[in-house]
Amino acid sequence: MTDDTTAAAEAEVRRATRFGMILFLLYLALYAGFVGIATFRPALMGVRPFGGVNLAIWYGMVLIVAPLVLAGIYLVLCRRRSGA
Amino acid sequence: MSSPLTIFLIFVAVVLGISFWLGSKAKSAKGYYAAHGEIPWFVNGIAFAGDYLSAASFLGICGLIATGGYDGFLYSIGFLAGWVVALFVVAEPIKRLGRFTFADALDSQFDSRGIKLAAAISTLVVSIFYLIPQMVGAGAVMTSLLGWQHVWGVVAVGVVVTIIVATAGMVSTTWVQFIKGSVLVLLCTILSALILHRGLSTSPPGSAQRPFKPFVSTSVDTVAPDTGTMVIAEDGGWVGKPFVRVVDGPATGGMTVWRRNGDRLSECQTVVVSADKKTTTVNGVVLAPGVKAKEVLRPGGNISALPGGRSETGSLSPAAFLTTIQDSEINLWGSDKIKNADGSEITVYFQRPSSGEKIMQPGFGLFKGMSDPDHKTVGAGLYKDMEVSTVKKLDFISLMIALFCGTASLPHILIRYYTVRDQAAARKSTVVGIATIGFFYVLTLIIGLGAMTSGVLDVTDPTLSAPLLARSFGDLLFALIAAVAFTTILGTVSGLILAASGAVAHDLMTNVMKMAMDDHHKVMAGKVVAIIVGIIAMVLGVVFEAMNPSFLVGWAFSIAASANLPSLIMLLFWKRTTRQGITWAVVVGMISSLTWILVSADTYKKVYGWPEADALVPFSQPGLVTIPLGFLVLIVVSLMTRGSARPPIPAPAG
Repeated sequence: MTDDTTAAAEAEVRRATRFGMILFLLYLALYAGFVGIATFRPALMGVRPFGGVNLAIWYGMVLIVAPLVLAGIYLVLCRRRSGA
Repeated sequence: MSSPLTIFLIFVAVVLGISFWLGSKAKSAKGYYAAHGEIPWFVNGIAFAGDYLSAASFLGICGLIATGGYDGFLYSIGFLAGWVVALFVVAEPIKRLGRFTFADALDSQFDSRGIKLAAAISTLVVSIFYLIPQMVGAGAVMTSLLGWQHVWGVVAVGVVVTIIVATAGMVSTTWVQFIKGSVLVLLCTILSALILHRGLSTSPPGSAQRPFKPFVSTSVDTVAPDTGTMVIAEDGGWVGKPFVRVVDGPATGGMTVWRRNGDRLSECQTVVVSADKKTTTVNGVVLAPGVKAKEVLRPGGNISALPGGRSETGSLSPAAFLTTIQDSEINLWGSDKIKNADGSEITVYFQRPSSGEKIMQPGFGLFKGMSDPDHKTVGAGLYKDMEVSTVKKLDFISLMIALFCGTASLPHILIRYYTVRDQAAARKSTVVGIATIGFFYVLTLIIGLGAMTSGVLDVTDPTLSAPLLARSFGDLLFALIAAVAFTTILGTVSGLILAASGAVAHDLMTNVMKMAMDDHHKVMAGKVVAIIVGIIAMVLGVVFEAMNPSFLVGWAFSIAASANLPSLIMLLFWKRTTRQGITWAVVVGMISSLTWILVSADTYKKVYGWPEADALVPFSQPGLVTIPLGFLVLIVVSLMTRGSARPPIPAPAG
């Protein structure tokens, strides 16, 4: 491996690490919110915000779908920067 | 020959065939442990899902949802959330730092035998803890599918898997996982569609073999009209229990048990084991030799009242399915063991009418009491003054932390990052994995709730809820689901055995003991270790027969997160981490979480059979305490050993 490609690869890893950290913290906040509501305001979980489905189910589904959305954003960010 | 058996045999034959064929291509150590780093990213991504959707995910979660509602779904959420840590925090560096194993990655900047030894042992411990539930699930599937004894089911899986691993290594393991992951998700999609299409009903069909029998709940007068019936006075273990025993007059002399619920009595099922343990009587009928109690007990789990007083809904959309369950009353089953005055022991299985509203929120199943505002105390032992809701809340938070941190620390998931060419491929395959797994976990909610309401549940054991639900749609689907459950176990077990074998042959023998081995001998050593680990797994699978697979997996996650995550994270983000810090964090994290589990209330009750109140720790999941402890140990030890300067970070290895 030449020095040039090594440097480029290192820069790519650094960028990917930073994006990853931001997206990770976003999700962490979402997850902590869920655990917090279930622990400290359990009654809120029974509220039905829309569609007749309660908050527990809605929030659970968001927690399952969010990683995919964030992962998609991450892929796009990593690809655009390394292509530039 | 029964169709489930035929389909099962075809499945295993195909999988083994592929394994041998692909395995013949893997001759070097890199081929054996890392599939030459040449698995296409899409295949690797589905294989991630295959690795991850183990017996615990598939059987355990569906079972937990079927009996505990939303609390089971918490496992789905936590298992998926863990991938966020894996993708955003761990994927890049682990691929950059390591060659074959987790220990390589941790040790890449230090060349310390202490780190290698600690990391190898933690990989072994986590793999074996993760293997136990897989083997337990294997035994359960084989018991239901073929009527084998639990022990033979475990041995069958153990032998087949050991052959797969010993012959082929990572290439075939990956392809097995790819096939299995795809088929599992496809079948679960079909099963969910069938559940929604059938809709909900107060008199579910059950299956052809075990049609559902509606259970009676009625007024006291109907059960015991005053002529010819007799209510037995409370004695022995019955004193203070909410049960009524009724003898149906002198003509039959049969006894039925009813549960008091306000002014109504609901029908119970009973299993009586005589004092000399020689005869078992189920619902008043003496069991013939060779027949198990669960084959005679009636299946349960149905909706007792639909919203608006309807008796059935017809096809439902996913949202309507969920809202209908929220607004229904559902009959679940509980059990109670009572010692009779004559020394015989009776297990009473009773109906537990429950509000759908409560079932669909946290705090109904595993964490029951978590959201209750009343000030009940645990009542005994060292923690007699702690409130139930506090204990359950700590247990809940602890589990959610362990699941979140555990995925990224599991050795068999980590090694999959070495099977693709580069970082971009590792990223892409993680995204494919997340999509597949996330979709599957959404389905677990529908399948679990479907099993809860279809009149198919085994009242003694929820493990097989998903296959039993499939049986209510016909034998073919049952056969397919059971076969996939079995290959699920095969695949996960082979990945775990491979991780354990890598830990011993590569980390311990080559790097710690400095045994000089060429490539060929290294692969040979790995295969011998794989066989030994396989045998250990079989023995433990028999010993832990009675435990719920998901519960056991929760433990494996806790140990993995406590032992591995602090080192992994601090190594990447704290420049002053020293080799002593890493070694001690791994050792302390592993030992503290393991010890916590061994002295917790759940282990006391379910493994040793000791009273829960004697347990030394208040809640069962260790993560809340032992993960921070791992970080603390790493930081303190690193600061104390600051002199050993850290070498510069090496360039990416490509």
